[in-house]
Amino acid sequence: MGILSGFIVILLLAVLLVPFMEVQRKGLISVAAVIILAMLSGIPAIRALAGHDLEYIFPGSLATGRIPIRIDALSGWFILVINFTFITGAIYGLQYMKAYRTQKASLTLHCISYVLAHAALISICAIQNSVIFLVAWEIMALSSFILVTFESKKNETLNAGINFLIQSHACIMLLTVGFIWVASKTNSYDFTAFTSFTRSNTQLTGLALFLCFLTGFAIKAGFVPFHTWLPYAHPAAPSHVSGVMSGVIIKIGIYGILRMLLLIKNDYVVIGYIILFLSIISGIYGVMLAIIQHNLKKLLAYHSIENIGIIGIGIGLGCIGIGKGNNLLTYLGFAGALLHTLNHSLFKSLLFYGAGNIYQSAHTVDIEKLGGLGKQMPHTSLLFLLASLAICGLPPFNGFVSEFLIYNGMFKGLQGFDKPMLSSFIFGIFALALIGGLAMLCFTKAFGTIFSGRPRHHFQQAPQEGHSWKLIPMYAVVLLILLIGLFPAIFIAAISKPLELFTHIQDLNNHPQIVKLSGSISMIGISAACFLLLTGLILLIRNRISNAAKQEPGITWGCGYAGNTQKMQYTASSFIRTYRKLAEPMLSIQKRKTELTGIFPQKGAQETRPYDKLEEWIIDYPLHQLKLFFNRFTFLQNGDIQFYILYGIAFITLVLLVPLAFDFLKGFINFLNTI
Amino acid sequence: MTSFILILLASIFFTGIVNRVKSITSGRKGPGILQPVKDVIRLFKKKPIYSKTTSFVFQVAPGIYFASVIMAIMIIPLGELKGIISFDGDFVFFAYILGIGKFFNIIGALDTGSSFEGMGASREALFSMFAEPAFFILMGSFALLTNHSSFQEIFTSMHFGSSITYVLGVLATIVLVMIALVENSRMPFDDPKTHLELTMVHEVMVLDNSGFDLGLISLATNLKFAMYGALIANLYMGNFPLYLTIPIFLGIQFMFAISVGILESFTARFRMNRNPQYILVLSSVSLLIFLGVLLVLGEFR
Repeated sequence: MGILSGFIVILLLAVLLVPFMEVQRKGLISVAAVIILAMLSGIPAIRALAGHDLEYIFPGSLATGRIPIRIDALSGWFILVINFTFITGAIYGLQYMKAYRTQKASLTLHCISYVLAHAALISICAIQNSVIFLVAWEIMALSSFILVTFESKKNETLNAGINFLIQSHACIMLLTVGFIWVASKTNSYDFTAFTSFTRSNTQLTGLALFLCFLTGFAIKAGFVPFHTWLPYAHPAAPSHVSGVMSGVIIKIGIYGILRMLLLIKNDYVVIGYIILFLSIISGIYGVMLAIIQHNLKKLLAYHSIENIGIIGIGIGLGCIGIGKGNNLLTYLGFAGALLHTLNHSLFKSLLFYGAGNIYQSAHTVDIEKLGGLGKQMPHTSLLFLLASLAICGLPPFNGFVSEFLIYNGMFKGLQGFDKPMLSSFIFGIFALALIGGLAMLCFTKAFGTIFSGRPRHHFQQAPQEGHSWKLIPMYAVVLLILLIGLFPAIFIAAISKPLELFTHIQDLNNHPQIVKLSGSISMIGISAACFLLLTGLILLIRNRISNAAKQEPGITWGCGYAGNTQKMQYTASSFIRTYRKLAEPMLSIQKRKTELTGIFPQKGAQETRPYDKLEEWIIDYPLHQLKLFFNRFTFLQNGDIQFYILYGIAFITLVLLVPLAFDFLKGFINFLNTI
Repeated sequence: MTSFILILLASIFFTGIVNRVKSITSGRKGPGILQPVKDVIRLFKKKPIYSKTTSFVFQVAPGIYFASVIMAIMIIPLGELKGIISFDGDFVFFAYILGIGKFFNIIGALDTGSSFEGMGASREALFSMFAEPAFFILMGSFALLTNHSSFQEIFTSMHFGSSITYVLGVLATIVLVMIALVENSRMPFDDPKTHLELTMVHEVMVLDNSGFDLGLISLATNLKFAMYGALIANLYMGNFPLYLTIPIFLGIQFMFAISVGILESFTARFRMNRNPQYILVLSSVSLLIFLGVLLVLGEFR
């Protein structure tokens, strides 16, 4: 109770104080508020992960019913993930936003929304009353809208923000429908009503209810085909916001799906296949589009879709495991999903912070214009490299651990001799391997073009390394990435409580199958450490030998050409050209080309604009049709004020007439009846 | 440990044998079998030159690439003898640790800011991306067949059922040989002896490497060949005793080297833009193996 009131007091204090402070203090206060909120919510979260759930029930009001606050292990895990990224984001943002010091009013709004978004996310994890849950969800949606549209003077940003606002309200609408459905049947807003509702109704009703929630949460999480807001919102937002958004705000969708899986009792096998299928599509489609992007932040945004897909594959596996009563599969699937949620929040926020450093020093995130930044920004370059390796799922970093769990789950699932499972899992393995390869293509492109080689563009001011307060939170994230990579067993043990919720096995850590598994998981850590040592050793020997024989640096081999080779460098587009040619039928790329013709050719140019084919089909086409339909009524909007007054009067008359006419009709029928 | 030493041993001769076969088929005497190793030793002694364009990435990339190959070799078993590292799902680690080497190889090539090296890097990234699913489906099929999921357990319990598994072994050999050729950038996917930068894949990526670094890269290439040879050998060893496995191992390595030599002598390089499609075919062969496994297990009755 003390924690709860402390939480609310700090939140109110921060929101009230920020507007009255000087510009420098605003940031500091919000960082402090975020840290205190994180600590306050962290205590019950850690206790929940240790097995002591927190439950507190507010009496509530007549409208809301009882308001239960429950922090179980699942909520605890998500709260901790959210807290970490929000803290690093706040510290990074403190430095990042100094560039916008003059925009006082926007900064105030930004700081308040940041704290509010943090508090709302934590509340969403804890609150188990439909009405209050929706209120918290709405606060989250609105505050992240304000966060995204910080640079609202730019048209793109505003458009992206509005797109985000509309789509997040489509999500809220679906959630509301689901909540009202249950509440109208059970007369209770408590989440526990879900279980009793689905138990007492048919499978089909339960499935429909689940799908309603799944669609809602999938919009938030960014599953294909509900992903279209994501590639706009992420690039538009300031970098720390994109980091936080991609890192944790979209993960609240994953939390929602997991929570509903715990609450709604249904045929988990069907649900599992649905989620698995959706996730495989998301994973492949996300990374396929990521590769062809020219805007670094957009590229990263599409990668979020891919990683959500990987998390989803884990969830799908876990569900099939529950349905089939295969405990190991359940364990591996959900463990992979939960760990990947943390992992993705780490490396993706790191990548976005890196993109922020690039944006603030080079003032562009167009990959084609960047190049050779590795020398000017050595720290950012190193951090971005480590994050790229981690997101590709390569050992010795954290991404590998969660992908390993999911792979392992699928290989174990193959041994179940169940035909639909066999075919879908072999497809899943194929997909996951393909995603890994494509991610590698994408990040070698991104890192290779941005940081290596020579500058491709002349900047007025040479790009410089970011401020050290921008680098410190980034190094903190890297530390955690390496820790998970090298000591995975500790983190797997930490999520045993949330996993117990899914597997229904008490004392998971001593279960024989799990003990065997954790053996191989600690082996990953040991092997990763081995690899690091081996690399260190080889590089040490190399340095000894090479340094002894140091030579003057030369120039890159250019077939004998020793002039300026800046423009001859391989570009990002040419790096992925072969891939683009192969994938073209599945993608939508607009190309414009002016060929060189004649003896004295004019300047040639080629331009490719990647677009989203699904967006064309699902968003653009229906929208276009809708517009055409409404265009038929444009004659009503003729600009004459008299007409508008007439419409108003006509409307009022109509509204008044309808009940009158109804009454008259009723009276008339009564009259007829009496005769 | 035995397998590790044996692979190191095989790698010394492997490329030498390949080159010897190529020279014999073209009617030359050719260099000695130990020539590749001598080349590496010579390179180790040479002074390296670095391009002004490069950064730290270029300097660490060969070392990491080499370490990744060594790490991968440590996982490979020899019949019943486990590799130095062996755990449930170790082949996932195997594929991904090779991946980190590849990653560094590619960004090392891009780090030179060259007009050619990006080309090779792009091809390497794309080709190995298509080869990866084939390997995973292959291992998945074996995991299904044997009910195990680590290299050593899979290989030792592969041939307990019927002799049809040897047919699957042959198919798997084809897949692994092709993957080895893709990963090592050999014919018919890439011509290591070509002289035009535009038609190279692997060679063009290491244009600017010199001295110790280049030595590491060539050594890694030799090791990688022997590593895939060892994987192929493992397909046939089963749980034979040691005095049988070592001759089988060496024999298969020898045959692998000879067949690579013959393949390189008598085939032309594929058209570069058709390579991805061809490599994807590997995945379908792997799927064939998967169906074969289902057949063996009687799933289609």
